[in-house]
Amino acid sequence: MSSLIDLINVSKSFDGTLVLDDLNLSVKENTFVTLLGPSGCGKTTTLRIIGGFERADAGKVIFDGQDISDLPPNKRQLNTVFQKYALFTHMNIAENIAFGLKIKNKPKSYIQDKIKYALKLVNLDGYENRSVDSLSGGQQQRIAIARAIVNEPRVLLLDEPLGALDLKLRQDMQYELIRLKNELGITFIYVTHDQEEALTMSDTIVVMNQGYIQQTGTPEQIYNEPENAFVADFIGESNILHGTMIRDELVEIFGAKFPCVDKGFGTNSPVDVVIRPEDIDLVSPQEGTLTGVCTHLIFKGVHYEMEVTTPDGFEWLVHSTDMCPVGKEVGIHVDPFDIQIMNKPASEDEEAVGVNE
Amino acid sequence: MSKKLLSGPYLIWMAGFTVIPLILIVYYGLTDRTGAFTLANVISITTAEHAKALWLSLWLSFVSTLVCLLLAYPLAMILRKRGVGKGSFVVFIFILPMWMNFLLRTLAWQTLLERNGVINGILSALHLPTQSLINTPGAIVLGMVYNFLPFMVLPIYNVLCKIDDNTINAAHDLGANFWQTFLFIWFPLSVPGIISGITMVFVPALTTFVISNLLGGSKILLIGNVIEQEFTRGSNWHLGSGLSLVLMVFILASMALIAKYDKNGEGSAF
Repeated sequence: MSSLIDLINVSKSFDGTLVLDDLNLSVKENTFVTLLGPSGCGKTTTLRIIGGFERADAGKVIFDGQDISDLPPNKRQLNTVFQKYALFTHMNIAENIAFGLKIKNKPKSYIQDKIKYALKLVNLDGYENRSVDSLSGGQQQRIAIARAIVNEPRVLLLDEPLGALDLKLRQDMQYELIRLKNELGITFIYVTHDQEEALTMSDTIVVMNQGYIQQTGTPEQIYNEPENAFVADFIGESNILHGTMIRDELVEIFGAKFPCVDKGFGTNSPVDVVIRPEDIDLVSPQEGTLTGVCTHLIFKGVHYEMEVTTPDGFEWLVHSTDMCPVGKEVGIHVDPFDIQIMNKPASEDEEAVGVNE
Repeated sequence: MSKKLLSGPYLIWMAGFTVIPLILIVYYGLTDRTGAFTLANVISITTAEHAKALWLSLWLSFVSTLVCLLLAYPLAMILRKRGVGKGSFVVFIFILPMWMNFLLRTLAWQTLLERNGVINGILSALHLPTQSLINTPGAIVLGMVYNFLPFMVLPIYNVLCKIDDNTINAAHDLGANFWQTFLFIWFPLSVPGIISGITMVFVPALTTFVISNLLGGSKILLIGNVIEQEFTRGSNWHLGSGLSLVLMVFILASMALIAKYDKNGEGSAF
């Protein structure tokens, strides 16, 4: 698959503050790509540059092999679903959906068919003559999507479209969006700060922080093999520890040696170690690689959340369906493939780029 | 009880300065000097002189309102685009002349436009033919536009500010160019402000007699001048009140328009 959209060395600053710095991004056709990061990381700006609402200070936007950096939004073959829907409140639902087609002077019968098709697609048949104000947030969101897709864009840009919806509706809409994407067979570029949304829907996740791409990969790669402490910390919960790589496949943490599967970090070199809380097995003190005392216990529904404090003072976050009472001494065991080794940031500069919060 | 007491001064004010004068105008308008009921005062609007004055007033007010709208809309668009900080300074500059006395501002235009005024002075200094600027319908329209323009800009600016940037972005995103976005989005969404602005310019323009007195001389009579003269020189309060009643019909019609298009008070400027 060749790439459909390429951002090449894109930089953008607002009032002297650098928002995007020399960003390179490639989006393949017919994939669901999510730009994920905390607020202010530049994800929305990236989307707006692709949509044409912002112009990059430097760099190029390539769409299907053509430079579209200077094209206004109305000349681009993509459509956007805005954060707060941005429906036209002075038009009814049918007029909203028909807007793009009317602008393109499509025949009336074609427009009618398209409205019907789009409303069916978003499960709102028969809503043609309703007013925008009479719809709930979730329904307005669906209309915003319908209004965009009737134009048959090759790419649909979505700017935190589920941000204003409640949890249950948000989860329903996630499945809805996956279904839509598969039915339409077009490329989705989705912006969110919600890691669960990103993991659920995406083919590819692009984790961003402070204007830099931290890691690009499938949800599994991002979750299981975070490339740096920022990604590990942002995606899910994790224990991030300072360790020393003794040699290939052996790492020392707080004086205890853990076998792992990573290679190529040299010998006796300092590294960051990520261990997911659900990957820690609590065993008897004799069997554990490290021993500690359970200092905290919360029932979370699906699992118990516990904190085990080791003699060096580190509080290990542990998720398990087995309960360990507070005050009990336990052993900590981690399977080798559950230990993720990362290079420490080489300089303070890189640290700021990577882990700064 | 105490709330009612608090509204007392306001009610007295309303009664003394709004309701009673209004009743007096209706009384005078529908009676003759002997106090007998008559419609003659109202019907006198159909005499050639009065009808001409009313027609001219309507026409000049219409032209002034149109010119105000054409000037105010782009200005309001620019003000909105410049953002709050800079925008508010420009708004300030616009409102500044309103702090000066209305009469003084109009007198200043008289000085500028006079036969031997500033503009003609500059023209003759440049050896260009002097123009007769004052005492023309054009001078009156100029005076009206100058004085009433802020009343058009502010309500339009207000509604434009309420339009979300992303609504405009969405229109562009769906393929609309600037003019299509203006026609289908900007304009329909700003109708309440436009209606409000039109009323706030048209009503005072229709009733003014000061601007036409100062910039139109005695040659051009507007309905406002006719009414004024009946009250002052003619001392015929009955006829003046009758004509005022006719004018009031036009004003109430504009108010009805506001009520119809501006139910939420969205376009109100102040």
